[in-house]
Amino acid sequence: MHRAHPIGGRLVTPFTTLLALLSLIALWVLAQRFVHGLGAVTHLNNGYPWGIWVVFDVVVVTGLACGGYVVAFSVYVANRFQYHPLVRPAMLASLLGYGLGGLGAVVDMGRYLNVYNLVLPGQMNFTSVMLEVALCVAIYILVLTVEASPAFLERFRLHRHQRKLERVMFVFIALGLVLPTMHQSSLGTLLVVLGNQIAPLWQSYELMPLLALLSAAIMGFSILLFEGFFSQLGFRRASEAPLLAAFARPVAWLLVVWLVVRFAELTLRGKLGYAFVPSGLAAAFWLETLLFALPLWVLLSPQRRRRAHLLLVAAVAMILAGAVYRVNAFLIAYATPEGYHYFPSATELSLTIGLVALKILVFIIVVKRFPIISAPARS
Amino acid sequence: MNRRDFLKGMAGGAGAVAAGGASSAEARPNREPAPEAVAMLFDSTLCVGCKACVTKCKTVNGMPPETRADETLPLWDSAPGLSAKTLNVIQAYTDGTAEVKDRETDGFAFVKRNCMHCVDPGCVSVCPVSAMTKDANNGIVFYDADACIGCRYCVYACPYDVPQFDYASSYGAISKCQFCNQQGVERLDHGLLPGCVEACPTGATLFGTREEMLAEARRRLALTPGSEYQYPRETLDAGLEVPSTVPAYYPKIYGEEQGGGTQVLHLSGVAFDKLGLPILPERSFASRSEGLLHTIYKGMFAPVALFAGVAWFARRNLQRQAQEHAGDPAEADSPRDDAHDDRG
Repeated sequence: MHRAHPIGGRLVTPFTTLLALLSLIALWVLAQRFVHGLGAVTHLNNGYPWGIWVVFDVVVVTGLACGGYVVAFSVYVANRFQYHPLVRPAMLASLLGYGLGGLGAVVDMGRYLNVYNLVLPGQMNFTSVMLEVALCVAIYILVLTVEASPAFLERFRLHRHQRKLERVMFVFIALGLVLPTMHQSSLGTLLVVLGNQIAPLWQSYELMPLLALLSAAIMGFSILLFEGFFSQLGFRRASEAPLLAAFARPVAWLLVVWLVVRFAELTLRGKLGYAFVPSGLAAAFWLETLLFALPLWVLLSPQRRRRAHLLLVAAVAMILAGAVYRVNAFLIAYATPEGYHYFPSATELSLTIGLVALKILVFIIVVKRFPIISAPARS
Repeated sequence: MNRRDFLKGMAGGAGAVAAGGASSAEARPNREPAPEAVAMLFDSTLCVGCKACVTKCKTVNGMPPETRADETLPLWDSAPGLSAKTLNVIQAYTDGTAEVKDRETDGFAFVKRNCMHCVDPGCVSVCPVSAMTKDANNGIVFYDADACIGCRYCVYACPYDVPQFDYASSYGAISKCQFCNQQGVERLDHGLLPGCVEACPTGATLFGTREEMLAEARRRLALTPGSEYQYPRETLDAGLEVPSTVPAYYPKIYGEEQGGGTQVLHLSGVAFDKLGLPILPERSFASRSEGLLHTIYKGMFAPVALFAGVAWFARRNLQRQAQEHAGDPAEADSPRDDAHDDRG
């Protein structure tokens, strides 16, 4: 096992330049949004009040930022310290992902100057799932900052601070497990109040938090696998495929639990029939279900699991599965009165793309200059 | 900890959430109507579609007229539906040749759309900053733009498509009917009627307490179709009766039980879903959502227990790890002063 070290190398490459350009476009959209309002840059309307800035930038992206959550559980609670090399990249990616989610939420807020009301006890509404999500995510971003800080303390040789922090790190690790359990499950609870405005294939009421939490864990595992391969190829590191293959084992069980819970709920509540009525919703359901089921073909077989390209395909399928489930539940399954349509505008899309580009750009810069990645350079 | 424990742990966290879900079925019943709940009874069979209520609403609330795209001068209001500029609107159901009023096939019917002032409102339940509130006494659902953060969860959650956010503004707000009693209008406090009720020439929109309106609605449903009835105008005791022939009512009061009940009640000659009113179960979705949330977070017991558990495991495992690798610099977790960059 090797110590984490900065990858080094040039910061300005064609890829980072492209990412910077996409980020700049996002910055321009951001300016337009604050000067001219939401209507000027989005296709949001009162039939579709939540578009991709909420459903992708917050709901999907924070799910994909659950790598830190999953790795912290595996390493520190399940005592699997062989996966410790995954901690630093995972915490950095999670911090950036949640930062992006938080920024996305504020950008989407119509009356952002009133945001302080979320922390005024007289204004806080404790029946609101949104309040729970907002506060929990805000605190978790702070916790992630602490969890991601050892690499920076090490780089700046603040060893005394680092040692002090390590003595209390277990508190932040525990917070970093409790908070995502709370707000990731609450992302499902958000939809319960919508009742029959959410199509029956997705409205599972009291099971919503469980499904949201399972999808968060699946997305967390799969993004770690994806990031592992991304680092290996992009930064020319030695293969971590055996480590990743071993790490991927529990996710197969998560997928099995997912499919059992999902189909049991649909069957017991007599809603499975909707999946066989030819419709866009049924197609969306089967696409989602296939994306959850197909990775099992790779993950349940020890031979196939060890083949890096198959594991990568499984990881991408699971990332898409989680993303498609959440977009389905929040947008596709949302029944809106006649006459409303929504498809994100070009400016709306470019902000989302630009924010993701910014996240990747910062990740690359940090990895090149700070000790995040442990895998040695490919010989 | 072996693999079995690992999986058990993974399932345990999810299990806590699932258990919360299973036991929350009746954790919070529907809210009861406010003690002096005010109400409107809209009788679709009396509405002639004159839209006097729409105009009056705009005057009272200082809202601009909404014109069609091909109109160059805003001479009159042509609002097609609720919007940031329209709190109250009359819409029509039509079928086939639309010959006969209040008939489902080849007929038509009018419906008045404004905030239903739910007995157990979703918008109030979901608002993170209490910008939507339900008056404890008269049950009116009020909106406070100074508190609102513009998250639009109320727009997303409302089954009636009522709260309307103003996307055209650079710093928009929500618009919705507040029974003409919001700050700066306060018609009820001054002993006046809501604008739409005052303007209605046929008594299609009637004002009173929820109890009075439910009693009047039940009275109408009990009448024999074809007989004469003195339909009250404005309120039950304003002395402004209009005689009219009793139509064949659809035999239900919309808003009596729907979604936990509403303070705007509807009577109609056609089925309510034809008028665009959603069919909702008696248990309010707000009660179901709050019941679930409060079961999971009751006394913060589950989160605190989870925190204590994982903190204990994390601390123990970190200590063990530090002991195992105390004399092993290559795998040591703690930083050493000779740590160096091997960049390049």
